[in-house]
Amino acid sequence: MSEATAPKAAAPKAVDAPLTFLDERLGSTTFFKRNVKKVFPDHWSFMLGEIALYSFIILLLTGTFLTLWFQPSMHETVYEGSYEPLRGVKMSQAYASTLHITFDVRGGLLMRQIHHWAAILFMASICAHMLRVFFTGAYRKPREINWLIGIVLFTLGMLEGLFGYSLPDDLLSGTGLRITQGVLESLPLVGTYGYMFLFGGEFPEGMNGELIPRLFTLHILLLPGIFLALITAHMMIMWHQKHTAMPVKNQTEEQVYGYPFYPVFMAKTGAYFLFTFGVLALLGAFAQINPIWQFGPYDPGAISSGSQPDWYMGVLEGSLRIMPNWEITAWGHTLSLNVLIPALGPLGIIFTGAALWPFLERWVTGDNRSHHVNDRPRNAPVRTGVGMAAVTFYGLLWLAGANDVIAERFHVSLFATTWFFRVTVIIGPILAYIITKRVCLGLQRSDANVIGHGVESGIIVASPDGRFSERHEPAREEERITILSKENARPEAPATDANGIPAPGTKGPLGVLRSRLQRAWTFDDIAVEEHEHGNGHEGHELEAGKSDKELRH
Amino acid sequence: MTRTGISVKRITAWRRRPWAGYAVVLAALAAIAGIYAGFSPQTDSAEAANNTQAAADLQNGQQLFNKNCASCHGLRGEGTKDAKGNPLAPSLLGVGAASVDFQVATGRMPAMNPGAQMPRKEPIPEFNTQIKTDYHDPEKRAQAEKQKAQAEKNIADLREYVASMGGGPPVPTKEQVGDPQKGDAALGGKLFRTNCAQCHNFTGQGGALTGGKYAPPLSKSDVTPTQIYEAMLTGPQAMPVFNDTTLTEKDKQAIIAYVVQSREEPNPGGNGLGRIGPVSEGLAGWLIGMGLLVLAAMWITAKKPKKLKKS
Amino acid sequence: MSDNKGPGGTPEPQEERRTHDRVVGTPSPAAEKQLLAVDEDPAPAGAGAQLDEDAAKRAERIVALFFLLAFAGSVAFIAYYIGWSGRDGGMHGIFRARESNFWLGGTMALSFLALAIGMTIWVRRLMTSAPIVQERHELQSDAETRAAFNQEFLEGAEDSGITKRPLLRRTLLLAAAPLGLAPLILLRDLGPLPEKRLRHTFWGEAVKKAQAEGKKGVRLVVDGTNKPLKVSDFASPGGMITVLPEGVEESHHALNEIAKSVTILINVPADQFKPAKGRENWHVNGIVAYSKICTHVGCPAALYEQTTHHILCPCHQSTFDATDAAKVVFGPAARPLPQLPLAVEDGYIVATADFPEPIGPSFWERG
Repeated sequence: MSEATAPKAAAPKAVDAPLTFLDERLGSTTFFKRNVKKVFPDHWSFMLGEIALYSFIILLLTGTFLTLWFQPSMHETVYEGSYEPLRGVKMSQAYASTLHITFDVRGGLLMRQIHHWAAILFMASICAHMLRVFFTGAYRKPREINWLIGIVLFTLGMLEGLFGYSLPDDLLSGTGLRITQGVLESLPLVGTYGYMFLFGGEFPEGMNGELIPRLFTLHILLLPGIFLALITAHMMIMWHQKHTAMPVKNQTEEQVYGYPFYPVFMAKTGAYFLFTFGVLALLGAFAQINPIWQFGPYDPGAISSGSQPDWYMGVLEGSLRIMPNWEITAWGHTLSLNVLIPALGPLGIIFTGAALWPFLERWVTGDNRSHHVNDRPRNAPVRTGVGMAAVTFYGLLWLAGANDVIAERFHVSLFATTWFFRVTVIIGPILAYIITKRVCLGLQRSDANVIGHGVESGIIVASPDGRFSERHEPAREEERITILSKENARPEAPATDANGIPAPGTKGPLGVLRSRLQRAWTFDDIAVEEHEHGNGHEGHELEAGKSDKELRH
Repeated sequence: MTRTGISVKRITAWRRRPWAGYAVVLAALAAIAGIYAGFSPQTDSAEAANNTQAAADLQNGQQLFNKNCASCHGLRGEGTKDAKGNPLAPSLLGVGAASVDFQVATGRMPAMNPGAQMPRKEPIPEFNTQIKTDYHDPEKRAQAEKQKAQAEKNIADLREYVASMGGGPPVPTKEQVGDPQKGDAALGGKLFRTNCAQCHNFTGQGGALTGGKYAPPLSKSDVTPTQIYEAMLTGPQAMPVFNDTTLTEKDKQAIIAYVVQSREEPNPGGNGLGRIGPVSEGLAGWLIGMGLLVLAAMWITAKKPKKLKKS
Repeated sequence: MSDNKGPGGTPEPQEERRTHDRVVGTPSPAAEKQLLAVDEDPAPAGAGAQLDEDAAKRAERIVALFFLLAFAGSVAFIAYYIGWSGRDGGMHGIFRARESNFWLGGTMALSFLALAIGMTIWVRRLMTSAPIVQERHELQSDAETRAAFNQEFLEGAEDSGITKRPLLRRTLLLAAAPLGLAPLILLRDLGPLPEKRLRHTFWGEAVKKAQAEGKKGVRLVVDGTNKPLKVSDFASPGGMITVLPEGVEESHHALNEIAKSVTILINVPADQFKPAKGRENWHVNGIVAYSKICTHVGCPAALYEQTTHHILCPCHQSTFDATDAAKVVFGPAARPLPQLPLAVEDGYIVATADFPEPIGPSFWERG
């Protein structure tokens, strides 16, 4: 069916007529002409962000379906629907209507489950996408704005998710709201006001059941509107700046190599949308999520063990769990550090750090150029190390949010898990940084080896005097290009010139700090360079073998 | 039915009075006197037969106790302590037949090795009432059935013996436990979430306690309604007691109905992912959802097969 | 050659795969030799302009098969919905919901995935577009344009007069400032001010009412059954139950009141109970009542272990000692659970006053 391409002459009328119509009114053909062959480089990790985009579209579709039946109301009703075990139970209309969607609307449960799974995947894919962007240095100039948009999207996504899963007013989400209230209350000065203003009075009903309707409006109108705007901006900037490329053959800073948007990339991304929808439908059909009928309606006196939030809030939950109980009471005021620090600290560090990082890196390295070809993670050991430290920090706090499940499944002491996380959350990131950096440098060394001495061929050669060595072959072209994409550290500029005058930008405490950081960034860099002769010429095997040894030991 | 309820209430209430200890001792003495009386030849024959039977049962119970329980709980069930005075095994005076039935029938007692918590396990053969009896071979079947009957009798004798040492709540009757399919599951759900779910989780999957202890799952069908009733009544191990005057028989029946009905309920949305809430959901989202999509991305962006080229 | 191509699009020849792997990974020694000899160019990855027509035909049929599968999936979805899911009065209850979720979800997943797989095979095996190269242009505008724009911008500012007329400028700023604040002011009615709301619970109100009637205090009722508790009802050591003040269900904003006044009643064995100073008569033979709302962030702290007498909050594992005025043993909570003073009246357990301190999480004005 794809073979039915038109001859090179005039396009058929069915194509021509609408194009002409549009072009006469918008002059759009110039735009189409310019973009129809837009090049998109191929790499599987470039599709992680697309999962987020498509999950968002699916969230809009399924969410709209759910609003057709959902009643955002906290007013009390007695359930008389078709789920037997809850008949005659008093509950809010929000909960009752969610039960109605689940058990009395055909496809309602499926849409609920796809919606929830899509939310999980939306956040997971943003997270994975941001990790990819960070570790490959794709956030560097000129793409800082898109990096910042990404961070805002992830932060708002957490809120959107929290509001969303709170809407059914079940026991689990009610517990989440109770914790939200407690955290809000702990804010110095404005805490109780914030609490009263969010809930319209006291937890949970306020004066007139204000909370759920408010969360509903935020969840379905305000936040999705902001998402739509930010995602559009994100896409337009990406389109305009052209996608980054991996450091492989044919990709340079000046040129991008890949398949044209139309028809190849269009078909690929279309297929990927279908894959995303398909996987979500698969999960929605075969993996149960958020079974609110099992949780029961919200009841302020009730609680379940294993009350956890969705995964993206797990970091906050974990920080709250492992924080020591510090609280200061003085001059008639209470400052709950045991709530404030975990609520604001870890995410503050991660998000602020991530937002500042591109600018910090630019300042430290003094690299003000635009970058379109990504770094290999090993070629920026400090960045990769810091990234892994952040991942470890986040990951440990995230795991700590499930410490009771861990304690229960593996039959270890609950308090021991808490202490384990308290210690590792400090030590873990430091270790991760050190180990990662060493691994990166080791990989750099092996790259230098490959370029300098070639690849081990697996062929053992005996020399006339009885010595054995392995023959080395030159690396393949593609491999050499990838390895040589490394930008070796420039020789450090001397701090002072011959006359003892400090180099520009190194004066003052900031200047000193900058030169120190710059040194830390580059001092152990291993140069990967092509030697004039060392490219696997015949007859160099023995030398190659020897120096290989020297390099290793 | 009501009468038994009241008697349980009374016993439970009475056995905490200051004079309860003396009463228990008196009761124990009376029981021992009864045993001796059983041996005395003066009683008339029918009664004698009954008494002899009862005495034999009690003796069987005592033997079982001495063999399986006394090493930790002491010969008189007074409990034991280690060198530092920390209790090793609790006193069994006043724990009652319900407690013995629960601990032994679920295999928790006799304990094999001391730990933070005695796990549910297959009971030792003497007390194993869950052995297979559906053999085709009639001989084998008869033997298994005999063994099962013996195990049931052993448990009954043991609990009578322990009850004889200090009273305590008796095993709940069938009427007390009720039919889990008929109880008020709506009320049960409310009570379960208020009083039980904090440890056992909203669908009874269990959960962590301090110091390596845990609330066991209620979600398997070998947790019988009687055992749930007994657990509420006696508060085994770390579990608090919910006596019949706090949560009445009807309330307990409702809770049992909720537990049994909810564990028998299918998961309409597919696999229940262990029914433990968002932790397993997050794991599934990352591993299955992201995993499949990353595989798809790799396939889509992989280099085209070379063989397509005309060569 | 064509024998290498099977359905599912996974038949890349072995060497090709290894070549691909090696670009990223560390060199694999053994297979290397043979590869190096093959002097071919794997980079253009695309099929190029020409296809092996036989192979293309086969691929086309495979793609079509998947598209047909997707079609069948959607048809089954519609057929199930219209023809089957509505039988006997439609989908109601858990069993029918399960069935419907299985069929609707399963057919939907089938058609999306089949379509996706079909399209992917199409792209990979039939599209003849070759990779192309495009220039990345400098994003920054050239110096001339920038200079021209700056010039125009400054001229515009000059023409408008805003640079020349400070009064105009300053009053404009002055006018804008309160305008920005106005919408924030509008949010004031989002909720009432905190006042003393967080400092008392329904216990206080109920006790006051009871004492006005000449009683000692308000009875404790079991949450869920509303049964008032007698001392003799709750006589088993190791017992625990959740209680509420009598009459709270009928109060105005009942849920809010319950959320603050929910309390756990525990029967601690009298010999292990250590009453706190000044609270010697707040318990009844070891029966003691603490607020169920955790002082950390407000989850119901309800997990009572009768062996250790610990009260554990299942949310963040704050642990309190029930024998010792609910002092914190472990975890992130900083303060003990507030204790409710108890007494006996006509055999019933009653509360004789409100909690002595605000319940629940700390807040700035708490002191």
